[in-house]
Amino acid sequence: MADEVVLLNAWVSPFGSRVRIALDEKSVEYQYREENLQDKSPLLLQMNPIHKKIPVLIHNGKPICESLAIVQYIDETWKDDKAPPLLPSDPYQRAQARFWADYIDKKVFSSVMGILRSPKGEEQEKAKKEFIEALKVLEEELGDKPYFGGDNFGFLDLSFVAFYSWFYSMETLVHFDIEAECPKLIEWGKRCMEKKESVAKSLPDSLKIYDFALQMRKKLGVD
Amino acid sequence: MAEEVKVMGMWISPFSRRVELALKLKGVSYEYIEEDLANKSPLLLKYNPIHKKIPVLLHNEKIFIESTVILEYIDETWEGYSLLPEDPYQRAMARFWVKFIDEKCGTAVWIACWSEGKDQEKAMEEAWEHLRTLENELKGKKFFGGETIGLVDIAANLIALWFGIFEEVAGIKLLDEEKLPILCRWIEQFLSCDLVKESLPPRDELLMFFQARKEAITASKSMVYKI
Repeated sequence: MADEVVLLNAWVSPFGSRVRIALDEKSVEYQYREENLQDKSPLLLQMNPIHKKIPVLIHNGKPICESLAIVQYIDETWKDDKAPPLLPSDPYQRAQARFWADYIDKKVFSSVMGILRSPKGEEQEKAKKEFIEALKVLEEELGDKPYFGGDNFGFLDLSFVAFYSWFYSMETLVHFDIEAECPKLIEWGKRCMEKKESVAKSLPDSLKIYDFALQMRKKLGVD
Repeated sequence: MAEEVKVMGMWISPFSRRVELALKLKGVSYEYIEEDLANKSPLLLKYNPIHKKIPVLLHNEKIFIESTVILEYIDETWEGYSLLPEDPYQRAMARFWVKFIDEKCGTAVWIACWSEGKDQEKAMEEAWEHLRTLENELKGKKFFGGETIGLVDIAANLIALWFGIFEEVAGIKLLDEEKLPILCRWIEQFLSCDLVKESLPPRDELLMFFQARKEAITASKSMVYKI
């Protein structure tokens, strides 16, 4: 029986990008469905009734939600020569990868949202500080390795690189230069874009994200 | 080679208690180191310099932090009792519910307990909604893990003991048997397990700890260790 794989996503979502990269890394064929988050489809509401959010992966009719749970599901389900492992095989390295992915969700995402949604002023400055701090901590974790996963691109790389296309928007909205603060991260981001087809294919264009960010700020009335 | 397993925790923390329960279920002996988060020790700052939090698991000189990450490590490292199912879909579900418990239930109940007036009413409604959603997951099962305690049950220790304490201190009732019969039944089942009992702090002492900090927590809306 052929596998039926559907991804419900919204093009701007870094969480969705994670899943796209994972599916591509594993050479999984899937149907992509773009959701309008202002007008959610019955399918989305049926498949993720609790959070009503994307991404949702639907595998043979069964929905999986939460991007990191989805990526691990993909890693555990598709395992063959065409499908290199995403998570490290060593339990200690695995724990490290999971910890940092969770850190990214908690610190990077929340500060990105903070910058995006706050008017210029104290709140936005606070979010900017948090964002820079999180990036610095992650750069320290990367060290001199080519990828967070070591020699090979892995789970933590894909969890974080999804935010790379948001860097331009963050820099422009709050006037700072990520390359000046975290040169290794920028090098790493460029490396992922150049060397990994899955990343280049799955990340939305930085300028399109910036347009989206400006529109969102207008809608929220913070600009 | 003898294994070195140490857990740094705080007696009042549901998060370090999760790690202890998981190790007990696996039959792993460990040394427990009590940490006072009001007065962080040099040892904690050495093992977890960036985040300065507990629990910390030390296994043969490797350091692990974040309770849910530690639980998965424990499951992968020691054989015997399984905390997670084998099936990838069931595993994805378990991970989903663990996150739901901490991020949705935990946050909503915390806000509900330490706010007042209209804010409290609104937060209580939200808490009930989340707890009802969680309760649905238990239908037809003894535990979230099925016949035996699993990862989700361990994470739900927060609900089993701490939520009851918080609501008592706050003077509200969230875990109502009429509103949440299945969840309340699960709490009873969970708390009656020997290893669970061994892994929990005495209820009256935990109650006193939070009662003494009620004012400070209500004022700051965040956890207060120093009084």
